[in-house]
Order: sequence, then structure tokens, then C-alpha cells
Amino acid sequence: MCVGVLLLAGCGRTQNALAPKSHQARDIASLFWWMMGGAWIGLGIVVALLLLSWLRRKRRGWGSDNEGDKPGERLGWFVVVGGGIVLPIIVVSTVFIVGDLFVIRTTQAPASSSTSLAIRVIGHQWWWEARYPGTAAVTANEIHIPVHQRVRVEVQSADVIHSFWAPELNRKMDAIPGRTNVVELTADVAGHYRGDCAEFCGVQHAHMGLVVVAQPEAAFRRWLARQARPAAAPSSADAQRGERLFMNGLCSSCHAIRGTDAQGYVGPDLTHVASRNTLGALTVLNTPETLAAWIRDAQHLKPGNQMPAFPLGPTRIRELTAYLEELK
Amino acid sequence: MAIATPPSPAAAETMERLERMWQSRPGVLGWLTTTDHKRIGLLYFWTTLVLFGAGGIEALLIRTQLIAPNQDLVSPSTYDELFTLHGMTMIFFFIIPMTTGAFGNYLLPLMIGARDMAFPRMNALSYWIFLASAIFLYTSLFMGMAPNAGWFDYVPLANRQFNPGSNIDFYCLGIIFNSIASMLTAGQFIVTMFKSRAPGMSFNRMPLFCWAQLAAAFGLLFALPALSADTIFLFLDRNVGTHFFDPSRGGETLLWQHLFWIFGHPEVYILIVPAFGIATSIIPAFTQRRLVAFPLVAIAEILVVFIGFGVWAHHMFATGLPTITLVFFAAATALVVIPSTIQVFAWCMSFVLGLARFKTPLLFIAGFIFMFVTGGLTGIMFIAIPFDQQVTDTYFVVAHFHYIIFGAAVFPIFGGMYYWFPKVTGKLYFELPGQISFWVLFAGTNLLFFPMHIVGLLGMPRRVYTYPDGIGWTAYNLAETIGGYLTLVGILLLLGNLVVSFFRGEPAGPDPWHGPTLEWTISSPPPEYNFAVVPKVTSPYPNWDAADREADRRHLDAGLLVLQRGHEQPAVTPVDARFAEIVEMPHESPWPIVLAFTLSLVFVMLVIHKYGAAGIMGVLCLLALLGWHSKEPQES
Repeated sequence: MCVGVLLLAGCGRTQNALAPKSHQARDIASLFWWMMGGAWIGLGIVVALLLLSWLRRKRRGWGSDNEGDKPGERLGWFVVVGGGIVLPIIVVSTVFIVGDLFVIRTTQAPASSSTSLAIRVIGHQWWWEARYPGTAAVTANEIHIPVHQRVRVEVQSADVIHSFWAPELNRKMDAIPGRTNVVELTADVAGHYRGDCAEFCGVQHAHMGLVVVAQPEAAFRRWLARQARPAAAPSSADAQRGERLFMNGLCSSCHAIRGTDAQGYVGPDLTHVASRNTLGALTVLNTPETLAAWIRDAQHLKPGNQMPAFPLGPTRIRELTAYLEELK
Repeated sequence: MAIATPPSPAAAETMERLERMWQSRPGVLGWLTTTDHKRIGLLYFWTTLVLFGAGGIEALLIRTQLIAPNQDLVSPSTYDELFTLHGMTMIFFFIIPMTTGAFGNYLLPLMIGARDMAFPRMNALSYWIFLASAIFLYTSLFMGMAPNAGWFDYVPLANRQFNPGSNIDFYCLGIIFNSIASMLTAGQFIVTMFKSRAPGMSFNRMPLFCWAQLAAAFGLLFALPALSADTIFLFLDRNVGTHFFDPSRGGETLLWQHLFWIFGHPEVYILIVPAFGIATSIIPAFTQRRLVAFPLVAIAEILVVFIGFGVWAHHMFATGLPTITLVFFAAATALVVIPSTIQVFAWCMSFVLGLARFKTPLLFIAGFIFMFVTGGLTGIMFIAIPFDQQVTDTYFVVAHFHYIIFGAAVFPIFGGMYYWFPKVTGKLYFELPGQISFWVLFAGTNLLFFPMHIVGLLGMPRRVYTYPDGIGWTAYNLAETIGGYLTLVGILLLLGNLVVSFFRGEPAGPDPWHGPTLEWTISSPPPEYNFAVVPKVTSPYPNWDAADREADRRHLDAGLLVLQRGHEQPAVTPVDARFAEIVEMPHESPWPIVLAFTLSLVFVMLVIHKYGAAGIMGVLCLLALLGWHSKEPQES
């Protein structure tokens, strides 16, 4: 269907929970490695017992020598009580204390007063809206944060339950209608961190990706200032015709472009759509060609999504694309 | 080994008399009106096997779709229906009815020395309702309206606003319908185990298989009402305009999840505990040793289910519940580890201290222990809340619970199919193909499920119909799909072996394994009256008590304890199993199937929203109940 267009040049190639890029994800990853070591030991004990019984196996015939007898019952009780009660108490207490008393603190949601930046992330079927309270900036699916800074992410939902998750930065947090859940993001290194919606949310749950872009403070501030600006007036003739098409056609009933009459809230805010790398929540790369294909038949690229197909002629598509491409 | 001495003339005469008295009607009519627990068990077995096939095909379609990135073998919406039906089928229509309905029904009376269940007609009713609910659910698939919001069916995705078709109505009603069958089974299993044990089989002598069934039955009895309430609320929200789950009208989205998992987590133990029961039947037989720490294991079986009721919120760690709540449920989850490890070490020490003979059933139990421990160890990891929140809703969790559900529930089912095959059919299966089928299945399932751990840690979420290339998931998914087809080969080998054995197998005799429990004291297949005399029981391993079996033979020759004046069965005091009275048991009856049929009409009318007609069908149900009670068992 859309083979080959999904490779996202340079951005967020992995979402590996074991390649942590923050102290939270690092704590969780090392917790996992310790637990996995323990798990292999536990499995080893059980396999050793089974192998031991295989070495003692009875090759032929049914003896009646044991009939009604319980050889080694005392030893058996000793192992069952030791391995089945004492051992798990020690193991689960350790996991509980380390995981639920210590690691839970370091990965916990920050108090609202303790961070200098908050981002509101709102799950929609099937894309992510990101708002930066205190500024006019609204974007979609590509969430910029300053590196080395604690960012409070308030997760909400506009429709069904989603789950916000960028595994290289922190654990996931559900987006539940009527609730605001909070998770902290702190990136130790600049980079693109891929994520996904983790809670099943309908037919396009598979295409609800996101990218967290961690960038140096100055670059982030520049990006935020640009995103907060309203859209510039279109310059080329094609783009001007495209703008009229957008405003008079159906586009503006679902999409908003700040600084114009378009105030729709069904689809993503397109004020700076050309500054984004992808379309359709990481479904395709954002190029003039894919943008045109998306407008003509988004249902082909992402079946079931909320955007209807607009089988417009080549001229109109060119004009609309020209307009949107100017929305940097 | 029990010696097959020919019965004395007096005994032969008694047995013939019982045979005549307990005989079923011939032909199809006999099956439709049967109340014989063995026939009902077989009906359950064949039906659940067909449904296992359906759930398996769904799984293979899912795996084939995911064999490589960006495939479109099935459409996204079909994929959603497939994984929803796969979950519902395997849980509600395969494992529960297979372990309780099929294994439980067939074996419980045989193990406790009874002639039938305490309520044979209720037992038949549960089967026909189960069958009707399966047909009801699968009708939705052929109408293109199969449930599509996952077996967990979270609101608001399942609300009418986001799911306008009848898909979720089929979900709600199908689950309620199916739950009725499970409740009937659970209720009468409990009464049977409390009242119908052979005199002398006090609770401390009840086989561990029965303890496990008892735990599962109590689990079903207390867990299912939460699910029924939940699905009724959802049906009302969707069709009547209530607002149980609507936060904008004072409802609560998370209420669905709480009620669902109050059922859903005990459900996991309901699935695996009967399988533990199968394991604890097979281990003593193939190690020729009484199970180590028997009382501790019996208590652990009950405790697993009991503690299982207090851990539900660990399915909701990422929903933003207060930290103190999370920590409480993590601690409760930690507790459930203890009864599980008690059992693991008791099984393993029985392997070591007995003289294990690795025939096919025991191989499956060894494989089961390996997979249960693997799944259990990843389960322990979920106690660490931050880690759980990292991997929940990823393939890591899919790996975890398939190790539990396939490894710890289905492997013992396969082992049990081999173990009791001689008892049910009177034939021996072929050993070498049996062992091959085990190794193929063991390799296949591990190849299928192990890479899911890794791909989950690499960030692959659950329930995605496809995935992009270039983020490192491709090779693991390919391996999983190959494992899936290898698993299919293993299952076909197993079934093929049993089918060929049925026609070509050597005669098994009553007791090919020198099995420990009462079912091995009688002929294979068992006669319709099960036990000619009320068996004498002085330990949990009565078939190894040669003196007691000798006493049975003397009783039969003398015509003592035969109960041959009608469909009679002794009832005992619940705890000590002291003889209390002789109960007259009902015979065949057409009313269970009639009642199940009228009840399915009610559900059909509900799903097409003809509530008045549903009421009329409800009256028909009452009439069927009236007919049911018009003729009660008579002393002959």
C-alpha cells in the first residue's frame, strides 16, 4: 500500500526501551536488566530440576517399589517451602522495594510548579495535537522539547483512550477522556525520539506515531516562536488561489490555520504544516508529492482515517499544495 | 497394574442390570437429550476443539499479516475483528469450556467416584447454552459485524459514538450469554464436589485435579458477575441512553476497566488453575510417586484464585491512578507469586523424587512447567510499576500472557488429551509420534512467543495491523510467524496421532499408566453408570490402595453398595464425606436443549433491538422451565 514511503529520513528510527536517552528511561532499563538476570537464574533452577529428574528417569517397566510410598518427602517439603515461599518473598520484596519505592519516584510525574515548561498533548483518532500553554503554538505529532530540561507533559484525549509513549525517554501515560494525566520528559541528548500510541484506539491505531524532537534551548525557543506566529499571507499566485480554495472549500471546516478564517478542530492545525517532517502521524514523509496524494486520497494512505478523499483536478491540487507548502 | 480378572457371575449380572438402567437413548436423540456427564463432556470437547480451530485460524491470519512490514492481507477493520475474536474465542470459547466443560465434566465424577454430576440436567443446559452462544458470536462474523474493539473492549471506543454498528452489541450479548453457561457449570461443579464424592473421600483425600476445578468454579462464580454488570451497563449505554461510562454526564470511563479487570484477572487464574489440576494428575502417574507437599499444593491452588481477586488494577498502571493505589496493587500482585512458586517447586520435586518416565503426557507437563515459569518470571517484572508502565500494551505483554495461556493452560490440555485418551477411547495412542508432536509444539511456541519479548522492548505496541519498516521489528516478526506455522504443524500432528490411534490403536485396558485416581479403576471407556459399586476411598490416590480395590470387588460380588434400584447415587457430608443419603438422579430430558433454544431467541431479539419480542421469548423460556419441572425423578 504505502511501502517505501515510511522510512523517515533522519528522524526517530527506533523506539527502543533499552536504548534510554533520559535518566528515567535509563533507570527503567537497568531495572529490567537486573530483573532479567534474576529471571534467567530462576528459570535455570527449574530447568536444572527437570534435567535432574530426566537423568534419574525410569527407562523401562513400572516398578511397584514405590507404591504407596513417598520417598524423600521431607526433602521435598524443605525445597517447596524454601524455594516456593522463602525465595519468592525475598525476590518479590526486592523487586517491590527497588521498583515501587525508588525507581517509581525518579520516573514520576512532576509537580506542576516544579517545571518551567508544560506541553499539552491531546490524542485524537489518529494523531497527536501538541499545544504549548502560554504561547499560541499548536502543532501535531512532532513534539519539540528543549534538551536537558524537565518538561511536564499533560496528556488528554479528544475522543477515545490513547496512550502517549516515547520509550527512549520515559514510561507511557494513557490519554483518557475527561482526565489529565501527567508524565515528565527529560532528554539527555538532542535527537529525534520516536513513539507510538500504545492503547488500541480504532482502525488506524497502527498509524498514530509521534516524534519527540529534543533540541538545544536556543533552537527550541526559535522553533516555538515561529510556531506561535500566525500563518503568513501566501505569496505566489498559485498559493493565493490555493488559499481561496482552502477557505471556501471543505478544508477549513476541519482544519485551522491561525491568522485566517479556517478554525476547524477535527484535523491537525495546519498553520505551519510545511515545517513538519511527516503527514498522517508518521504515516508518510511530508513532501509536495505525498501532500498532493494525501489530499487526493488520504483513505488510500491511511484507510479509515477521518479525512475524506478530495478527487480534485491536477490544477487545483497544485494550487492547494502550493499554498500549504508555503505554511512553513 | 490392576489385574483384569473376569468378574464373577454375580458381578456380571449386577453390571448388566446397571447397564440396562443407565443406558442412553440410541442415536442422535440420545445425544440431544443426554444428561450423562461423559457425553456432555465429549460434546464440550468437540465443540471447543472446533472453536480452537477458529481461534487458531484467526491467530494465523494475524501472524501472516504481520510476517513483514506494511502488508495488506486483511484490511485494518478486519484485522481488528480478527484479534478481538481471537481473544474472545480462546478465552471464553476454548480454554474455559475445554478445561471445565470438557475435562471437568468428563473426569470430575470419575475421580470422586460418582455416577453423574449433582445436577445432570443443569449440566446439559450449560452445554446447549454454550453452543448457542458460540453460534451467536460467530454469526456476527459472517454478517460482517464481529466485535472489533478488542476482547477488553474499552469504552469510549466501544460506545455507539465511535462504534455505531452492531459489533459491540454482539460482544455484550455474546459474553452475557456465554457467562450463563459458565455460571451453570461452576455452580453445579461446586455442589458436585461438596455432595457427590464417594463416602470416605474427605476433602484431604480429594484429588488435586478436583481441588483445581473447585478453585476455578469458585473463581467463575465470583468473577463473572462483574463482567456481566459491565457488559449490561455498556449495552444500556449504547442502546438505551444511560451514561455509566460517559464522563460528560457524570459517568466514569475507567469504571469499565475496573469492572472488566475485576473479572479479567481472576479469569487468568480460572484459565490456568484447571490446567494445574491436569498437571497434578499426570505427574503422579508418570513418576509413580505421590505429589510432594500435597496439602500445600491444594491450598496454593485455592489461594492463587483467591489472591487473584485483589490484583486487577495492575492492568491499569498506565491510566494515571494515584501512586498509592498502584503500590497497593503491585504488592497484592507480589503475593500471588508465592502460591504459584509453591506449586512449581512441588511439581519439580515430584519429578526429581519420583522416577519420572518421560512419556508424551509428562513431556507436555515438563514443557508446561518451563513455559509457566518463563511467563511467571516476566510476570514478576510487572510488580515493578515503572517497568510495567514502560512495556504495558506492547508485545512484551503479549509474550508474557501467551507463555501463560498457551504454555500453562494449553500445554496441559494437550498433555491431558494424551493422558486420558486411553480412558475415553479404550485405545492407546502412538508414543513416538506423540513425542514428536510435543517437540514440534515446544519449538514452535517458543519461536512464536519468545521474540515477542524483544520486539516489545523495541517498542512495538499491541493490536497494530501493520508496522513500519526500518525500526528493527521485521526479523522478529518473521520468526514469530514461522513459529506460528510450526505450532500449527505440531497441533495437526497431535490431532492426527489421536485420530489414527482411535482407529488403529492397541486396546488400552482399564489402567495403562497405573494411574493414581479412581477413573483408572473402571473399564475404558467407562460404562454409563461409571462405578458398579460405591468405591472405598482411604487416600487421595485410591487406585494405588490395592486393599480398597479388593474390597470393591468383594462388595460387587456380594451385591453390596451397588445402588441398583434406579438412578441412584450416594450423597455425603461436605467436609468429611460421611454417607448422608441416597439421591435419585434425573434421567435424559429434552428440556435443557429446549430452554437453551428459547433463551437464544431472547438474545437474537435483543441484538436486533426488538425488546418486546425478546420479552415474549422470555415468556417461552419460563414455559420451558415449567415443562422442565413437570416431571421430576421418580423412584422406579
